[in-house]
This record gives sequence, structure tokens and C-alpha cells, in this order.
Amino acid sequence: MNLGSALGYMMAQAANTTSWWKPIQASAHAGAVDTLFNFIMYLCFFFFVLIVGAMVYFIVKYRRKGNGPERTSPIKGNHTLEIVWSVIPGILLVLIFAWGFKDWLAIAVVPANAMEVRVSGQKWNWTFTYPKEGIVSADLVVPAGQPVKLVMTSKDVLHSFYIPDFRIKRDVVPGKYSVLWFEPSEEATHQIYCTEYCGTEHSNMLSKVKVVSSAKYEEWLANGGDEDGGTPVPLADKGKKLYEQRGCVACHSIDGTNKVGPTWKGLYGSARKFTDGTSLAAADENYIRESILVPNAKIVAGYAGVMPSYQGQLNDKQLESIIEYIKTLK
Amino acid sequence: MESNHNNVPQSAHAASAGGAEPNYINAHKGIWSWMTTVDHKRLGLMYLVGVLTFFGLGGIFALLVRTQLLGPIFGGASGKQEWLFSGDTYNKLFTLHGAVMVFLVIIPSIPASLGNFFLPLMLGAKDVAFPKLNLMSFYVYVLGGIFLLFSIFTGAVDTGWTFYTPYSSTTSTSVVSAVMGVFILGFSSILTGVNFIVTIHKMRAPGLTWVRLPLFVWAQYATSLIQVLATPVLAITLMLLAIERTMGIGIFDAKLGGDPVLFQHFFWFYSHPAVYIMILPAFGVISEIITINSRKQIFGYKAIAMSSVAIAVIGFLVWGHHMFTSGQSELASAVFSFLTFAVAIPTAIKTFSWVATMYGGSLRMNSAMWYAQAFLFLFTIGGLTGLFLGTLSVDIHLHDTYFVVAHFHYVMMGGTMTAFVGALHHWWPKMTGRMLNEFWGKVSCFFVFVGFNVTFFSQFLLGTKGMPRRYANYLPEFQTWHQISTIGSYLLGLGFFITLIYMIQSLINGEKAPKNPWGGLSLEWETDSPPIEHNFHGQPVVNNGPYEFPEIDHSKSNRGGH
Repeated sequence: MNLGSALGYMMAQAANTTSWWKPIQASAHAGAVDTLFNFIMYLCFFFFVLIVGAMVYFIVKYRRKGNGPERTSPIKGNHTLEIVWSVIPGILLVLIFAWGFKDWLAIAVVPANAMEVRVSGQKWNWTFTYPKEGIVSADLVVPAGQPVKLVMTSKDVLHSFYIPDFRIKRDVVPGKYSVLWFEPSEEATHQIYCTEYCGTEHSNMLSKVKVVSSAKYEEWLANGGDEDGGTPVPLADKGKKLYEQRGCVACHSIDGTNKVGPTWKGLYGSARKFTDGTSLAAADENYIRESILVPNAKIVAGYAGVMPSYQGQLNDKQLESIIEYIKTLK
Repeated sequence: MESNHNNVPQSAHAASAGGAEPNYINAHKGIWSWMTTVDHKRLGLMYLVGVLTFFGLGGIFALLVRTQLLGPIFGGASGKQEWLFSGDTYNKLFTLHGAVMVFLVIIPSIPASLGNFFLPLMLGAKDVAFPKLNLMSFYVYVLGGIFLLFSIFTGAVDTGWTFYTPYSSTTSTSVVSAVMGVFILGFSSILTGVNFIVTIHKMRAPGLTWVRLPLFVWAQYATSLIQVLATPVLAITLMLLAIERTMGIGIFDAKLGGDPVLFQHFFWFYSHPAVYIMILPAFGVISEIITINSRKQIFGYKAIAMSSVAIAVIGFLVWGHHMFTSGQSELASAVFSFLTFAVAIPTAIKTFSWVATMYGGSLRMNSAMWYAQAFLFLFTIGGLTGLFLGTLSVDIHLHDTYFVVAHFHYVMMGGTMTAFVGALHHWWPKMTGRMLNEFWGKVSCFFVFVGFNVTFFSQFLLGTKGMPRRYANYLPEFQTWHQISTIGSYLLGLGFFITLIYMIQSLINGEKAPKNPWGGLSLEWETDSPPIEHNFHGQPVVNNGPYEFPEIDHSKSNRGGH
């Protein structure tokens, strides 16, 4: 078997990309990335078997038998062999580089018809803003088959936006915008991770991409990003959902345990003591609202003022829902 | 058997006296004689004790990290529960594991301990060029270690060993003392590098030409060049970080008008060459162990020596491959990717040459050789998986996942640390005058090898599936492989624990080592085990290369020769 046909065989095998140990392929990029991944993997298998196979064979064949010294070969080198094993890997490496570069350009260049969504990362949650509609959402909701351009920035430290099913990732940097795009292939829900270490709750900085039909997407937009649509829902239930989705859960418990921030259990109506020495006899609606929008105005004694402001990210109805939810936590 | 190709003029009284002459260990007595010693062998031994102690400490951190990841799964946002450690504690543990292992263990492991001990011996010199500077660099190392330990006892750091800004300029943990520790350790590294470069240039024995140098010396030479040229950049970077934290001057923090990505450029400009500071000495060790135990000339001496230097040079130009997702320019990413593939070629040449060296040899499979073969296996995987990460499109998926964690552990741990432990087995008789137990050496190698692969191969699968690194908990789909990985880490720990036991046993009642147990030709085997205080009686003279073993059958045709 000559090298050319072996390469051809590997490339053909590489195109067969689905496997149990990879994430599903759910974007236009995913197939190409996996094809190259597999090609490199087969090359690695080949060289691994070559190197370790020769090593094991030599160990068995040339292992010293008996005690006396044996005669060994006077070989010091072989120019032909050395050139061969430098040049052939060299060619393969250039091939891999060029292939990876070509696929990567497709990932880097955003198509003109992409719809735009703003992404904001902060310790420790993601917020998605739809600029045309003014909708703010905790999940990324997008229609299937539509290229989506994400314009991302961070409010505090570095984060990184990663969707394994789409094979895309990009760091989210404070004071800068970074761009990422994808074209989701089917209606499904996919996991979003933060992959740049960002502190205490880094591993809980999770969110979802919900890929829906374009009809459903339009409906979602028409409802102002509210998944419950027109059906009436008790405000406290809505508040509970916001608590889980908008990152409150990362720092505030509902069972009385102290985390990064004070617990919400029994918060409403309780006496508060602040770091500046002032106090409040009973926490009321105004106090809670202020704590969400201007967190550092009053910091509860024993805690650090690390909470980011939610000004502009939660509307009045959402704020009321959260307050109602806190009232239920006794 | 090991007929003496090198002429070592020996003063008559010493040669006949046998074991009566004092060696470097018992020539002077008392703790003070150790604290003020300028003997490179004693300093090498002291570095070795330091490195092994910190290796134990870093290993304990690693096992704690893995134990946390054994734990119950966390149902994402709502069903969250804590298992062993809180997120904060876990973050400190992996930071300390990384910082201790990189700065206190791997970087000084081979150069500072074995390099110090054997470089002058291999050169036929009485000591390094600047013995007092050598003592000073040891104290600088100790001081740096104290700073890092101080940071552990004052609340530890939670930034990851990479200290990325702006997290590191804003976190409330003791970053400044940790950064000062690393800053100080850098000077120890620079001083050792300068010392070695001068020693290799100026103190070679008569007849020891550049092409007769043992390959361990070549590897140390290339390493020292990188240490001297790259480490100052780390020092400057960490200094800037400390200035930003203490004085609020905006350099890296966007809030103060700085650029967080700039820190990454500075950091990796040092830390990628540092990867070669870590691996090149291991290459040197493997060249020695495989050749001496194959009883043959090394295959392609010049190619191996020159590829060390090539790696050192190209290694300076690939730092951007750590930053493909960071937002650096597309052109920069493309150039860095290309250069990354270029550095793979000299590395491949070395690997092929080591395997080819065994062809037609008479292989003595002692425990050092077992470790060398484990190195070849593990380093091949580590090197090959680098291809995935150097490829632009594939790296976008794999960056900052467990695939990267697995890759660099295969290189750093499977490569450098395996070679380091192999080197300890190889040179232990010379350093201590005692033999190690060969049987238990092989048992420990088996556990290390199996445990290592179970621990880290499973992490390639985790990473490909999308498991991000530095996560204190994870989604249910990742649990099986995490648990397998943790079990592997216990086997690995057991392997090293066995090593510790039989090393202590060897010191207490190990078999006395002869001068030259492996039949080596380089000069360190010409002196006693353990070496006498001033290394040699008189000045050794070298008449041949380091690998012209008596077993080589020159009557055979010169097929394949030059």
C-alpha cells in the first residue's frame, strides 16, 4: 500500500464522523471540524503503532539474553532514513495546517445574512440581548437554519463562550467585543459552558441554546421573550424561574445556607445590618429592588460587594416576580 | 567489561585505598557544612530533596482535586450540592497543584538537581563555573518556595497557575505573595542557566569536544539558553501584575484602561518556551538511558543535538497557539499555528532516533530502561495529541477542555516526570553509592504507567465530549470517565509511593554500588560512587565519544553508516 492510497483511505474514513465519544453535530461547522479531527486521529494511530510497535519489537528481539556481553551493531545513523522521517511528517504537518486553516476561515468569517444577538458574560451567568426587539433573555433562543452572529463582551473578568455541539468557542473579554457565529441545523436544546476560568461558580456558569422552528421563534419574539406566552402564571413561579435562569442561584441560597451572598430564605421582613454600620428594621420591596439594581448601595455585614448590577437586564414585571418569589421563602 | 577508554590519571594512593577515601557526603560533617556548601553535588542533592518534597505536596493536591471530581454530580443550576470541597476550595487546590508542580517541581527537577550534580562530572570539571552563584541560586529557590508556601497559609490563590488578568488583579486571594514567589523562583532559574552555559563553554576536559559531549549536556545547554532568555519576560510580566494590584495602575485590567489579552501574550512568551525548559532535559536523560542500555552508538547524534537547539529557537515563536480563541488577530493565529507544526518536526526526529538506537543493540532492561520505554510510549501520545491542538479549526473545539489537560499531562508528567524518575534510577547508584531494588523499580514503573494512562487517557475522551477544565463539578454525562480517571490517579499515586519506599530502603541498607554499574563511558562513571569531594583525581582526558561501547562490533559492514 503506498502512502497516497493510505492517505486517501484515511480521508474517506475521517468523513464518517459521528461517534459515541463526541458531542452531537448540531451546526454547519461541526461536520468539517470532526472530519479533520478524525483524519488527525488516524494519522496519530498510524504513527503511534509505528513508533511503539518498533519499540516493542526491538525490546523483544534485542533484549539481552544470558549474562555475557553481546555484539551490537555499529550503526550510527542513516542519512536517507533521517531525511525520510523528517520530510514525510513535514509534508503531512503542512497538510494538516492548511486544512485546519481553511476550515477555520469558515468559522472566523461571519456571513452577511446572520442575525445578531448580544451576549454579556458576568460572574456567573450569561445574558442574551436581542437588539432589534430589545428582548433580554437568560437562554439563547434561535431559529433553526438561520446563521446567528454573537457580539460578546464581559462585565468583569474573562469568560469564554463554548457550545460543544456546535464546535465553537470564543473568549469574552471586558472592554472589548468578540464575535462568534454559527448556523444551528436542527430544533434541539444545547449546552453552553463558560470555558475561561472565572472564579467561585465558574463551573455553574451554564446556559442553554434553544433552537426552535422559525414560527416558534417569531411567536417567542412577539411574546417579548416570554416562554409562557399569554397564559397567566403566578408571579412567584415566574420569580423562581428567573432565580434559576438569571444567575441568582449561583450566590444566593433559598435554604438558609450562606454562599457568596446572603440567603433569600426569610429575607423579606427580616432585620438587615450593613457594612457601613447602618441597619434596616425590615427588608421591604424597595430594599430588594435597590439591592438588585444598585447592589453596592447597601452591603449586608459579613459579605463582600461583588454583585453586579442588573439595571437594564430585568424589567419591572421581572423585578416584581423576584420580589414575590422572595416573599414566599419563609 | 567496561574497559577504560578515557585516560583518568589516578594518584596511586587513592586508587589503592579503596573505600577509605572520604566522598562528597562524608568529607565534611554537620548541618552548617551543608548550608554553606559550594559543592555542586551537595547542591544537586539538596535541590533533589526540595523537588521531591514539593512533588509530594503537588501530588497530594492532585489527588484531592481528583477526589473532588469523583463526587456526586450536580444537576446544573437548581439541584446543586457540595460534595467534598466548595468551589472556592477546589479552585485553590488546582491552582496550588499547578503552581507547585510547574514552578517548584518540573522546571527545577532535572536541570537543578541532576544537572547540577552531573554536568560538571560529565565535563570532567571540579565544579560549575561559579560555585558561589550556584549556592545563591539554591537559596533563591528556597526563598521563592517560602513565598509560595506563605501564600498557601495566608488564604492561598485561586487564579490558576496562569494568573490570567483581570481575574488575578481583582481576586481577594493572596496573589501578590504567590506572584512574588514565582518571580523569585525565576531568578534561581536564570542563575542556574547562566552558570551552566559558562560551565559547558569553558570547563570541558581536554579532548571533550562539542561532538563528544554526552547528549544530556547538549540538552542542558539548550535548556539553559531558554532559561536565560525567556525567564526575564516572566519576571517583568509578574512585576507589572503586582504593580497593577498594589498601585492600581492600569496595564492588564480593562477597568483601569489596560488590556487583559496583553497579559496572555507576555505570559505565554515565557511559558511556552518554559514547556521546553521542562521537556528538553528529559530528552537528554532519555538519550543517555536508552543508549547506555542498548550498548550502541546513539542513532543520529548530530540530529538529536541540533534538534534540541532547533526546538529551543522555534519554541520562542509559538506562544500564540495558547490564544487561538482569545481574540488575537486571525493572521497571528495562522502564523502561530504554522510555526507550531514546524516545532513538531525536530521532536519527531528525536523520537524516531531513540527507537532506532535500540535496533541491533543488546538491551539491558533495568528499571531505568523501563521508565525510558514508558517515556517513549507516553511522550509519543503527548506529542501526537499536540497536532489536534495546533490545528486552528480543531483547537477551537478542544481549547480549555480536558483534552488540553490530558495533552499537557502526557507531555509534562508522562514525559518529563517519567524521564526524571528514570534518571533517578539510572544515576541513583552514583549519587548515593547504593543500588536500588530492581524488582520493585519495575513494579513501581508498572503502576505509574498503568495508573497514568487510566488517569489521563480518559481525559482525552472527556475533553472531546466538551468537558471544560477547571470545573469544580460537572454535568451527569461526564461522571463515568471522571471516576475512571480518579481511580487511575490513585494507582499512579501508589506507583510513586512504592518508589519512595524502596528509595528509603536503599539508603538504609541498599546493596553497595560499584563505580560503574551500567558500563557507561561518560566521565561521571570514572569517579567513585558516591564521587569524591573534588570529583576526580587529577584532570581526566577524553579520547573518544560518549557512546563508543566495547560491545559494538566494528567488524560488521558499515551498512547504513555515514
